Formats: sequence, structure tokens, C-alpha cells
Amino acid sequence: MASEYSFPEAGARVARATAPEAPKGEFETEKMSLSMGPSHPSTHGVLRIQMELDGETVTRADPVVGYLHRGDEKIAENMTYNQFVPYTDRLDYLAPLANNMAHAIAVERLAKLDVPPRCQSIRVITAEMARISAHLLGLGAFGIDVGAWTVFLYTFNEREKLYKLFEELTGARFTTSYTRIGGVARDVPEGWTGRVDAFCDQFLPILEEILNLLTRNKIFMDRTVDVGVISRQDAIAYGLTGPNLRGSGVALDLRKDRPYSGYEQYEFDVPVGTKGDCYDRYLVRGEEMRQSVRIIKQAIAKFPDGPWYATEAKRIFAPPKDRILTSMEELIQNFMIVTEGPQMPAGEVYFEAENPKGALGFYIISRGGGVPWRLRIRGPSFCNLSVLPKVCVGALVSDVVSILGSLDFVMGECDR
Amino acid sequence: MSAPADTLAVLKARFPRVAERASLDHPALDVPTTDLFAVLRALRDDHDFDLLSDLTAFDAGVDVSPRFHVVYHLLAIRRAAYVRVVVACESNDSPEVPSAVPLWPGANWHEREAFDMFGVRFAGHPDLRRILMWDEYPHFPLRKEFPLAGIDAPLPDAEVAAESGSRAAPAPMAGGPFVATPVDFNLTESEPRAKDESWTEKKEKPD
Repeated sequence: MASEYSFPEAGARVARATAPEAPKGEFETEKMSLSMGPSHPSTHGVLRIQMELDGETVTRADPVVGYLHRGDEKIAENMTYNQFVPYTDRLDYLAPLANNMAHAIAVERLAKLDVPPRCQSIRVITAEMARISAHLLGLGAFGIDVGAWTVFLYTFNEREKLYKLFEELTGARFTTSYTRIGGVARDVPEGWTGRVDAFCDQFLPILEEILNLLTRNKIFMDRTVDVGVISRQDAIAYGLTGPNLRGSGVALDLRKDRPYSGYEQYEFDVPVGTKGDCYDRYLVRGEEMRQSVRIIKQAIAKFPDGPWYATEAKRIFAPPKDRILTSMEELIQNFMIVTEGPQMPAGEVYFEAENPKGALGFYIISRGGGVPWRLRIRGPSFCNLSVLPKVCVGALVSDVVSILGSLDFVMGECDR
Repeated sequence: MSAPADTLAVLKARFPRVAERASLDHPALDVPTTDLFAVLRALRDDHDFDLLSDLTAFDAGVDVSPRFHVVYHLLAIRRAAYVRVVVACESNDSPEVPSAVPLWPGANWHEREAFDMFGVRFAGHPDLRRILMWDEYPHFPLRKEFPLAGIDAPLPDAEVAAESGSRAAPAPMAGGPFVATPVDFNLTESEPRAKDESWTEKKEKPD
């Protein structure tokens, strides 16, 4: 079959590959400035890194963030706590269910409100599903960054199954907005926990298959082992959290160390790395998915009955719709919560949840009423990225791609 | 749940001007600007609070003095306990506190953000620039007098602005924001059409 394409002559290719002769006696090179991003495939969103290069070695790296700044903290000061739930979806938009939960728990701490066990269980299951979904994306994208396309196709297949379950539960695949202050938007549908359980069962062998594609992969190891090493001290000094901190050997997992939402009932291990290189961070994420499956299966095995929202919190959680439509008192209650927001006492709380990317913190200053005076969001990706100027220096440009992939950040949460 | 009770007691004995702060969860301290750096160093070195979890600021209100406060949340990894340190900036016009970057390099970006959003300066910060907004941006968006819709500002790139004739204009609020005021809720105040942001795309913004 005749080809329509013409290939360049062999001689032409040789000519292109030959470097121009260096002037005699001049081997010192000029430093070059290179801007990576804001729309580079490996910067996963809109991050720009202003680099100074000596040959191919990075001598200075200055990340430029803020391209995705939407003023979430200002917006939060101008709306009620429940109205802010959809905005939390858009922080770490790869794990909206985990963000929803972190926000809800922070506000509930303000009111010293305990949600019933069933609600806690639902939140744990959804947060762990979100963790699997986020790590799958992180892994797939990391694979692409270092030249392993196949992984991405496998992980997205699994994410699709998770999205179907999210859709069934929340009505949305991506921006779930599932929690309300004092509960969740609705109870789980009939048979849903069984389908989550079935997903977990079929997911474990596929996860092994996915990890086998990378763990002993020569190319993957060459690109990641001993690359982007973050020491234990540096990880702590720069405020890294989540898998990035654990990859450097610090066993801090807020689910274990400061349990919330009933995490103390579940058995799971906290994987830590030994060297703190890109490979360790990958291994930690892989193992975390196995542990998440463990947690989900335990939570489903002892999934409690009972109410799925705080029934006694009459000024915080709106009553069921059928009661609103038939009873005067509940109608008023619903009207007050919708117009004035869930009523909170004055005070300050700071709550951090162990999200897929790290510790997502909410610092809320309330002066009473349904609107926060100040709502500060501590985005884990923001802190995780602040280590870049330190870790990129001395690395090759191609290592920077590996480092970015292994830090697994998301700009929605970094720029807020 | 909390740091050992003696952390606060020891610090209060060592720094007489440090006071306990009301808090709904973690132990909290009010620290004067002059003692801030020493208190933070003592917390890090003598009390295990090795991770600077969060650093931010808040505006207590346009008419309140001291107006700007900087808040530190430290985490002791070994015993998984938090402590909150709050410092009130002495000056309302040019708020300034010492930088925590010598203790935690991770404070660098947090302090840049607090400067960007509130205009709080950090003495001794190696590179105090805006981080989320562009360098030439003239306002401090999280201050309470800054309207939700935003304020006119030139675009970051003068060339693009001249070519396109566009500006960073305030957002059309279309009647919003539909919210209650945080305190003294009353419908006249919370009714959006009674507010300054009542202008829309069709109706000019009042000066």
C-alpha cells in the first residue's frame, strides 16, 4: 500500500540531531529562563512554574499560583453555611464528597452537634469512595506524565463505576453537594450499599492489575526512584500533609490520630514511605486505596439503621418535606433555616479532615446566626505546592514533571 | 483532644502578656506582637508543635480596633494536638507582625496570602509579594469594606487592556447577594434590593 506520507531523508534527520559546534574554549553556559505552564499538560490545571535553568538542570523554581482564584472565602462570608456546600465541591473537585464532609463537620463542631451513626457511616463511605476516585485520577495522570498511558485507561474505567454510584446517591456525578449541616441531603437509596460492596470486591483485583503496571515497571522506576526526595524535616517544615507527608515517613493520618465521623471504629493501616521520593508517594497512594476499600467494607458490614440527620437540631437541619407540607411548625422551621441559615453560636473552630490530597482545614469565626464572619479554607494542595522551590532545585526538567505528578495537587483547592 | 493543660500554663508563666483566648475546640492564646516570635518558637521547640498547619488573618470589622488579627494553627504531630495563636496587629492603617518564615519555611506562602487578601505586612518575610491576585492589584479583597462584587481595577497586562479595552470590572450581582447579615438579622437589611449592590447589568452602579 502506498503511503501518502513522505519521510525526511536520513541525512536530514542526522543534520537536525547534530548540535552546533561550541565556540572554542567556551563551555560555560548561560542560565536560561523557562516558563512551564499555566497550560502545560503536566501542570494539571493552571499552575505556572517560572524556572531558571542551567543546561537541563533547574537552578531556581518559582511557582506562580492564583489563576483559578475565585474568592471562595469572600463568597462564604456572604452566604449561609448550607449555601456554601456547592462551593466546597469546587475546592478539590476530584473528591467533592470528602470536601462536603469536612465543611459539614467543621460547622457542626461550631454548634457542638453530633450527627447520628448512620449519617457518620454514610459520610465515611462516601469520603473513602472519593479518596479512591481521587487517587485513581492522580495515579492515571502521574502515569501519563512519566509516559505510561495504559494506567490512565484502567483507572478511568474504575472511576466511571464510582461516578455511577455517586450519581445514584447524590444525583450528580461530579459536583455532588451531598452534605447539609447536621446531616446529608438524602438517605442512601435501596440496595446502594450492596452495589458499593460489589464494586469493592471487583475493584481489588483490578487495583492489583493497575499497580502491577507501575510498581516494577523499569521506565516508571527510572523516572521516580530517588527523584524529588523530600526529607522528613522538610515535609514537616513546609506543612505538607496527606500522602505527601506520609511518603516522607511521617505517620500522620488525621483519621487515625484525631478520629472524626466514627473513623475510630474501623481497622485500617497507615502506609508510610521510607525515602520521600516520587516512588514512595506513589506506593503510599496505591496502598491507601486498598485501605479505603477495607474501611468501606467494614462500614457497610455494620451499616447502622436509624435517622440519617440530626433530628433534634431544629434550628439547623430542615425537616423532611412531607412534614413541611403538612405541619405548621415544620413549615416555619424550614422557612427559617432556608432564609436565615442554620443557626450557630458565636465562637471559633478549626477542623481539619484527612482528604485525598492532605488535611483540608476550615477555620470558622462565627458571630452567631447563619452566616460565618470569616471562613478560612486551608487547602492542602496550596501547602504541598509551596515545597516546589525547594524540591525542584537540582532536578532535571523532566524530573519536575515527575515531581508534579507525584505531589498530586489540584488547583481548585490551591487557589480557592 | 487537647494539648496538655500545662502548655498554656507554662507559656503564661513565661510570657506574662500572653492570655488565654476563648475557643470552642482547641486551646487558644492571645499573644502581643512583641512576644509572637518567641511564643511560636517556644511552642515549636519546647512543646512539640512542629507543623504549622495554617496561618491566616481576619478583619474584626471596619470600626473595630485592633482591626486585623493574624491566626496560627499549630499541630503537634506526636500527640496530634492543635493550638491556636492569635495576634492582634497594633496598627489599623499599616498592620504588621513578625514573619514566621524563619521557623517554618511553609509560612512563606501563607503570609503572602494574608498580605494579598488583608494587607497585613510580615516583617522579615523574604519575598512579600501578592500570591493569588496579580502583583499590581490595588485592593485587599478580604477586608470587610471590600464589596462582594469587586471594585474596578486595571487588567494585569496593560497591553492586553489597551488592545481589548476591557477592565477587571465588578461582577453583575443581578439583585444578590441573597443572604442574611451575620448579626442582628432583620429583613430590611438583608433584603438585597436595599443594599448598595442593587445595581444590575441594565442599571448603572451608584457612585
